[in-house]
Amino acid sequence: MSENTIKDKVAIVGVGETTYYKRAQAPVSEFRLACEAILKAADDAGIDVRDIDGISGYANDRNDASRLATALGLKQLSFAGMVWGGGGGGGSAAVGNACAALVAGFAKYVVVFRALAQGQFGRFGQAPVSKDISGPGAYTAPYGLYVPAQWIALRTRRFMHQYGINSEPLAAVALADYYHAQFNPRAVMYGHPLTREEYDKSRWIVEPFHLYDCCMENDGSAALILTTADRARDTRKKPAYVMAAAQGSDYRQGATIENSPDYSASNFKTLAPRLFEMAGITAKDVDCAQIYEHFSGAVMVSLAEHGFCKPEEVMEFVTFENITAPNGKLPVNTSGGNIAECYMHGLELVAEAVRQVRGDSTCQVPDCKISLVASGPMVTPVSDLIVHSL
Amino acid sequence: MAEDKKHYLPEGLPTPRAMRNGLDKEYWEAAKRRELVVQRCNSCRAFQWGPEPICHKCHSFDLGWHKVSGRGRLFSWVRTWNPVHPALRGACPYIVAVVELPDADNIRMVGNLLGDPAQNPPFDVDVEAVFEDHGDATLIQWKLSK
Ligand SMILES: [Zn+2]
Repeated sequence: MSENTIKDKVAIVGVGETTYYKRAQAPVSEFRLACEAILKAADDAGIDVRDIDGISGYANDRNDASRLATALGLKQLSFAGMVWGGGGGGGSAAVGNACAALVAGFAKYVVVFRALAQGQFGRFGQAPVSKDISGPGAYTAPYGLYVPAQWIALRTRRFMHQYGINSEPLAAVALADYYHAQFNPRAVMYGHPLTREEYDKSRWIVEPFHLYDCCMENDGSAALILTTADRARDTRKKPAYVMAAAQGSDYRQGATIENSPDYSASNFKTLAPRLFEMAGITAKDVDCAQIYEHFSGAVMVSLAEHGFCKPEEVMEFVTFENITAPNGKLPVNTSGGNIAECYMHGLELVAEAVRQVRGDSTCQVPDCKISLVASGPMVTPVSDLIVHSL
Repeated sequence: MAEDKKHYLPEGLPTPRAMRNGLDKEYWEAAKRRELVVQRCNSCRAFQWGPEPICHKCHSFDLGWHKVSGRGRLFSWVRTWNPVHPALRGACPYIVAVVELPDADNIRMVGNLLGDPAQNPPFDVDVEAVFEDHGDATLIQWKLSK
């Protein structure tokens, strides 16, 4: 193992989340939500929020780091970074960037955050309205191809065609998310269980995705505090050590107008080997996984690319029994995920991975030592993270 | 469909325009002439799509345009039921297709698959380009080959 690694040099020591609201129902501004989540994360870590000196974001976050540092009265801002890309693919990468900054000595406490208020700003599931269009959009918008549900459905259908997969794994992911959310009072869908019959009867959004295969649109904010391993010893909660992080994209996966060469890939094929090499483990060692589900179908592809099963084995592996906590072979999205807990662009999945290895999840996997997060399948860049308890 | 429709999707979606820097001007000009052209490197002959100022294979900036037959293969398609744009209210479901062009290194193009929106064509079947005029712009659509 090369010495040039972040493995176990950094820990996530605090998790903070605001109330998760349905879309456009947050009573306060997005910026205030960000401030609230960061304060809660600092409190969870048992540190003074003013000691945070680094801010790491992703998904074109609208909440400027300097403004946050000013509003929160940070004594100094010594690191501020954001991952490229407008989707959830940067969720684990923002944590990875925080790790890099800490190991490099740029900062002592870095907060990773995401805030969304879709009432204040626009919706994701609706197209902007314009009379003319040019550039890559001119090749898609006139055909009514506008939103992530459609892009991901096209790729998912190709994958299903290649490997002879029917809709059973998709239903399993949606039902597992709703099942886990029933244990989680933070979840927007807490108290709203979903049956297979309701799933089957729900309206199509874009085939093969029913309503319940799609992530929600929510308001809220989540934040995580990271610090170096030596400082982590003094914080309030059990640290979740970062075993490995990876970000990036495979060959020409950013090619526009549906020309990414490996079209049905979730884009983790080159990341996953780097991730497991840094962690020094294999997929078999992972106790639970938090796999970004903007749409259910991307989960099966991501699981296969991380080596939890082969693409040919998706039908046997991705079943409700196998992916539910506490006793499934690989519990997935144990807080309810993007589909049933809250769509916080996947940062809530990182928070859940931390809880699992601390032992305080609402759907705790017994003796969970290692949790993997995969952020933003089928977009570019994507990112990965493994946390564990020592 | 009950009536002969001039366009697969209703009016109100944005009209395509060539990029101001001229990068894809030839594509839109050719479509008006009922020709399908795609970008090809004059140096290494590689095809690429969408248009870029540089060849991804040999890094030449000398890129040209190549007329293709308009024959393709249905690589993936989806049926959209949820109107994602105000103009599409009442127009769902409709089919969006991704088509590979075997005579251009299998680069892919997007369009609607004309015909019954309830159809379930198999993947990888042969399709061909159809030109659909919208005022001063022309869209390239796809239909199953006979
Ligand atoms: Zn070339």
